[in-house]
Amino acid sequence: MKGLLDQKFENGGVMVTRLEDLLNWARLSSMFPMTFGIACCAIEFMSTGTTVYDMDRFGMAPRATPRQADVMIVAGTVTFKMADRIKRLYEQMAEPRYVISMGSCSNCGGPYWQHGYHVVKGVDRIVPVDVYVPGCPPRPEALIGGFLKLQEKIRGESLVAPKAVEQLLQQTTLAEKQGV
Amino acid sequence: MTFENFNRLIAGISLQHEVKFDLNARPNAVLLSPDDLIPVCETLYRNPATYFDMLSCITGIDNGPAAGTMEVAYNLYSIPFDLHLMIKVILPREAAAVESVSHIWKSADWLEREVFDMYGIHFKNHPDLRRILMPADWEGHPLRKDYKHQEYYRDIKVEY
Repeated sequence: MKGLLDQKFENGGVMVTRLEDLLNWARLSSMFPMTFGIACCAIEFMSTGTTVYDMDRFGMAPRATPRQADVMIVAGTVTFKMADRIKRLYEQMAEPRYVISMGSCSNCGGPYWQHGYHVVKGVDRIVPVDVYVPGCPPRPEALIGGFLKLQEKIRGESLVAPKAVEQLLQQTTLAEKQGV
Repeated sequence: MTFENFNRLIAGISLQHEVKFDLNARPNAVLLSPDDLIPVCETLYRNPATYFDMLSCITGIDNGPAAGTMEVAYNLYSIPFDLHLMIKVILPREAAAVESVSHIWKSADWLEREVFDMYGIHFKNHPDLRRILMPADWEGHPLRKDYKHQEYYRDIKVEY
C-alpha cells in the first residue's frame, strides 16, 4: 500500500492547488522554533519536544540561531534586563516571523503584575505577539494548542497579495480623495 | 557559640564602641558599631579557636523612614568547628555606608553588590561596587521601604 500522496501522483499525475495554499501549507508544516527559554515555562517547552508530545510531528525542529528560526516561543518571565536581548533576537529572525507568548508571565506579567518591579508586564510591550498561550505554566498540550492556532493563522495568510500592502494602498487612496 | 567565649576572643582588640548581643536572633547575633566591624571580623577569621572561614550570607534590612536606620547582617560559619554567628551593624538610613569585608572573605564581593543594588548601602573600599541584579541604568534601589519604581525603562512602561 502506497502513501496517499504517492497514490495521487500515480493515478493522475497532476495535483491542482493555489500557489498561496501550497506556500502556506509548506510554511505552516515547518515552523522552526528558536531554542530559547527564560523560566519555568521553558521546561514545559522542552517536554513538548520530547517523544511523549513529539513536537517534530508538526515539522517543528528547534533551531539554535534566530537566523534559521520562524517562531520565537517566549517561554518565561521577561525581565527588564532581558527585554533588550529578546528584542534583538526577534530582530535577528528572518521574515516572516512569529511570536508565541507562552504562560502568564510573558502574557501579562503573571504573578509579578503588581509588585514585580523587575518584570515587563507582557512581552507584547517589546515585540508583536501572534498567539498567547495561557497557563502557569501551560502544559505541553496547551502549547501544542498554540501551535495549531498559529498554523490556522498562517493558513489564512496571503503572500501573493500581502494584506499590509493592500491596507497601505487603501490608506493612500483615501488620503488622496481627502486631498491630504 | 557562647558569648562568654566571644567576649574572651575580642578582649585583645580595642573597640571604639560597646558590643551588644541579640539572643533572640538565630543564630545569636552580635551588634557592632560599623567602626568595629573590620577588626572583629579579622579576629574571627584568623583566630585558631574560631576560624570563621565562611561568609554564608549578607543581608540588608531597611527599617523604614520612620525608624531612620538600616541594618546589614553577616552570617558566618566555621567549617572546622561547626559554629554559627551573626554579626549585625546598624547604619543611619541617609547615606548608609559600611566598610567592605571583601578583603577578608572573597564571597563578600557579590553579596555586597547585591545589598548595594537592593538597598543602596555603600560598601567602602569594595573593589567593584556596581549593580548585580538590576540593569546598570536602573533608577533607585527596589527593596527600600520608600521605593517608587520609574514610569518607563528604555521606553517600556513599568506599571501594569
